[in-house]
Parts: sequence; C-alpha cells; structure tokens
Amino acid sequence: MKKAYFGEFGGQFVPELLMPPLIELEEAYEQIVPSEDFQREFNSILKDYVGRPTPLTFCKNLSSELGFNLWLKREDLAHSGAHKINNTIGQALLTKYMGKKRLVAETGAGQHGVATATAAALLGLECIVFMGAKDVERQAPNVKRMELLGAEVRPVYSSTQTLKDAINEALRYWISHQRDTHYCLGSVVGPHPFPALVRDFQSVIGKEAKEQFLEKTNRLPDHVIACVGGGSNAMGIFYEFLEHREVKLTGVEAAGEGTPNCYHSATLNKGTLGILHGTKTYLLQTEDGQILPSHSVAPGLDYPGVGPEHAYLKETKRAEYVCVTDEQALSAFKVLCKKEGIIPALESSHALSFALNLKGKVKENYHVIVNLSGRGDKDLDIVFKHLK
Amino acid sequence: MSLNKFEKIFQDKQKKGKKAIMPFLPAGYPDKEKFWEYIREMDQLGADIIEIGVPFSDPVADGPVVEKASNIALKNGVNLKWIIDNLTEYRVFLDCEIVLMGYCNPFFKYGYEKLAKDMKNAGVSGIIIADLPLEESIKIKPIFDAHDISLIYLVGLNTSKERLEKYAKFASGFVYFVSVLGTTGARDKLPEELKEKLKLARDIFDLPISIGFGIKSPSQVKEIEEYIDGIVFGSSVIEHINKGKDIKDFFKAWI
Repeated sequence: MKKAYFGEFGGQFVPELLMPPLIELEEAYEQIVPSEDFQREFNSILKDYVGRPTPLTFCKNLSSELGFNLWLKREDLAHSGAHKINNTIGQALLTKYMGKKRLVAETGAGQHGVATATAAALLGLECIVFMGAKDVERQAPNVKRMELLGAEVRPVYSSTQTLKDAINEALRYWISHQRDTHYCLGSVVGPHPFPALVRDFQSVIGKEAKEQFLEKTNRLPDHVIACVGGGSNAMGIFYEFLEHREVKLTGVEAAGEGTPNCYHSATLNKGTLGILHGTKTYLLQTEDGQILPSHSVAPGLDYPGVGPEHAYLKETKRAEYVCVTDEQALSAFKVLCKKEGIIPALESSHALSFALNLKGKVKENYHVIVNLSGRGDKDLDIVFKHLK
Repeated sequence: MSLNKFEKIFQDKQKKGKKAIMPFLPAGYPDKEKFWEYIREMDQLGADIIEIGVPFSDPVADGPVVEKASNIALKNGVNLKWIIDNLTEYRVFLDCEIVLMGYCNPFFKYGYEKLAKDMKNAGVSGIIIADLPLEESIKIKPIFDAHDISLIYLVGLNTSKERLEKYAKFASGFVYFVSVLGTTGARDKLPEELKEKLKLARDIFDLPISIGFGIKSPSQVKEIEEYIDGIVFGSSVIEHINKGKDIKDFFKAWI
C-alpha cells in the first residue's frame, strides 16, 4: 500500500507549514513507539494507572433473553471513563520522548479533552484544549473537569462552533507552536501518521479482548461490534481481528433522528468522498465540497468525517457499517442499565442497539463482543431530557 | 523557451525596480456584485496578479479575517462554478493575471480535470492550494500542466533546505513564500529569520518569489526587498474594505 494511505484513503493534505511536524511525528511513530523503553513505560502506565486490562464481561441476563452470547469489552472501566485514555497516554508519553512540553487537543463533547488533560497532568505537560463554543455551553461539567486537571480550555467561535471547528483551531495553533507542542489528536482521523498512531495506541482493546475471549471459550468470537464516529474505539477493537476473516466486524454509525434530510453522523453510509482535516475519506458535504454540520444524540459520534482506515475496510468489505437512530440507541441504553446494571455511554449504546437486534437472527452458540467504549454518567442530562 | 505569463510580469516589474502587487479577495465578498467591482478597481489601480479566494467551510491555513470573509462569501451563495462562469464574462475587462486560491476539497469535488480545462477557458493562469503539500501534488500537477495552469507552491520558514530543493524540481509560475509560522492575518512585525530563509530560497529556486501572510504595509518589506519579487496581501485588504474605506487609499501606499 502507498505510504500514508489505506487504499485510496488517507494521505497528508495539510499546509506545507505542517509537514515538518508531521514528518517529525512519523519518525517518532516509526522509531520511538516500537522501542523497548517506550513500550515498557506505556504498558506500565496502562496497567497501574489506567487499570488495564479492562474486563470482558459476559452478559448473563441479556444473553439468555436474546438467545445468543453477548459479551462486553469494558472500556467504561478504564480510568476517566472511556477508551480515549489509551490514546492520550500514548501520545503524551510520545510527546515527552520527543522533548516537547505542551499538548494541544480538540474536543467535541469533552471526553478526549478530559483524557488529554488527565495524561498531561500525569506526565507533567502543559495542556490547551480547543472546544467549540456551543459544546463549551452544552458540556459545562467536562469543561470544569478539564480545568480541574490543569488544562486551559479555549472556546472556538468560528463557523458551526463544534468539533470540526475545534480541530481547525487546534491545527492552526499547532502551525505556530510546532516547535514545543504536540497535537494530541483524539481519533483515527487527520493526516498520516495520526490514523495509524491512534489505532496502534487503541489496539490494546482488541488484543486484550481476543486473549480474554480465547481464555474463556477457547475459540474466537463470531462477531465484533463497535460504534463509529471518527472511529478510534472501533479501529482499536477491530485491528487485532482483521486477519481472522471468520470474525465478522460491524461498525455502527449514528443516524441521528433517522428521518429523511435530518442531520446525522452516518458518514460511511451516506457520505461522499472528499478531503477534510488532512485526510481523504468519506464526508458529510454539499455537492460543492462544503462540509455539512453533523448530529447525533451521542456527542462523541458527532463528526462529519470518518477515519480513512474505516473507509478502506468498508471498500474492501472486511467490515460492514450500519446505522442506528438516536431513539434506538436510547432504548438500548435503558436495556443495559436495567438488565445488567451497567450505564453505557450513548456512543456505545449505538453498538449495543445493533447487537440487541441480532435477536432471532443468529444461532444459540453465536458469540458477540460489543465494545463498550465508555460509561454513561456524562450523558445523564441528555438521557433524562429524552425520557421526558 | 518563452517566458510564462508570471515570469513576464515579474520581469517587467523588476526592470522598473518594483514588486508585483498581488491582492487576495475571497470570491463573492463582501457580496456578489461588490466583489467584481473591487476586482475591476484593483486591476485598474495596478494590481499585477489577483488571487481570487475559493471559499471553503474549514480553512485551516487562514486566520479569523479571511475565515469570516469566506463564511460570508459562502452565505452569499458562491461556489467554484459561479467563480468560473463570472470570470468567463469579466476576464476580458481585466489586465492582470488571475490565480485561484483555495483548499483541496472544493477543487477535488469539482474534478481536477474539468477544473483545469474550465480555468483555462476562463483565462485563469494559476492555482494555489493551501492544503496540498508537494507529496500530495505529484499526481495532480500534470493535469494542470497540460492546460498551461501553473500549480503554485507555498513554502515557509520551517521548510528545510532539502524540502525546498524537492519543491524546486516541481515548482511552476512563482513561489509563494509564507512569511510567518502561522495563519493568514496582518502582523505588525515579520519574523527575524525571514531574511536568511528568503536568501536560501533565492539560491534554490529559479522562479520569482512572492511573500504573503502577515503583510500590511510597505515599511515591513523594506529589509527583505532584494529577496522578493512580489507581495501578497489578503487580510489587510479585507480589513480595509470592512472599515468602509476606499480601496484606492490602500493601494496608494504600494503603487
């Protein structure tokens, strides 16, 4: 495959001024990340600070109701409440190895911002988080959380004032502060090497899941399901299973309200090919190539692009990508709370909803792993509003 | 070999001891009619090359002034087709050369092949794509070459000697040197290291060099005069227009 590309997807569509820091990061990705020292330190933080390995939970109650075997990879139990921390610890540590002193990050709902602020606090780095002004308002508790952790949150007032604008602003900041700052991008999006770098840091999810599943059942699962916004938790759990072609992989996108012409985040299902934030991938855009606003009840899925490797997995049919509406996700959310005593993130509830719908379609000895990418405490306000 | 259109402009200016004047304005800003009035006025005032901005919803290389103007242009209903259709009509009234400047996605969606052909028909001589570095341009450049459109590269203070040399192998038209390590927008002072880097670029490129990003007054470029052939200003023109001032006043200082 061409360097920096997954098939025809990916690349490095950035201003020349960003090429030197990207080349520097590529070298760090190729030389520092695989080194023994780095891996030892990374794994030790994942174990003793993040709390890895996270459990693989068999859903006893739901499985007997559904008529197949449902398992959850419990990223909700990772420190700070979601899988995001795997990546930020990796990138923060890499930043130290590269001799830089500051992290800049974007955040939508605030989860990646919190995870970046957490990693920065742990490793003694400065941290600036750009966040759309609308999101700052909607996600006030996460802003407070980031500030408690020592990060500076900068509201972004341009354009739609949401995640995509926060990414624009973080890229701009990186252009002028590249000498001492690393851009800690939160998903498998952006220019090379980010999609590969973030995937590698998240691939611990799939490695653990496979090992845990093998240990418990002495076989591989039939089906692995994860939600896809940018797609980092999905790439994280899919990657280890890619070579096992008998394992079915499903990415679940957010269909929003699911009505004709509604705003949604189903980029792979309904988007078209384009170039945004340094990468060639599927986008929600107009015929003229202007980026459209996205929407989902799950703030973490609300992005008008998607990781280029997912575009490639779709193209090559190694994974399938489906959609779930806000309402279906909310209903799955409630089911997991009541039946298993787990409050899932609304993002993960999309993946769960698809899994619950397999009822009656698969055999009794079918084994499904859903990546429960985060916990739902952050979503309670949204959920209560919708339950009214 | 005959000089290309750009080289001719820069050479004529050089003979007169002057720099090429290169204003930038997003298409359809401040509105669709006013935009063409400004373009014609700037042409008559002596602009040598006018860069027409193709608005994009997510302009990462731009500061707040250009971003806001681009958003307004988009709200005014501007797209690439409108720009090219109008140019086909207005081009005959303009003496200057026209360059389109924008981001990959609108160009990519339009289709590079069709774009190059339509640009040529509309009398456009060059294209600047802010988020298309050398590596990603290699496949696209021959398409523009085939229609006599110069793909103009941007380089900057942090572009290494090795990268400048690579660029020199492919560059056409002129070189756009970004004078600050940052986004577009007028600055009070240009960086110290600019002079040294321009000297290096002079040695490496055979093409004329224009500087842009951050420029607002002639006094800023005094010290680097001997290393440049043209000056681009965007944000400072837009700010001038935003204040409701006459565009003539802005040009007086430069011509």
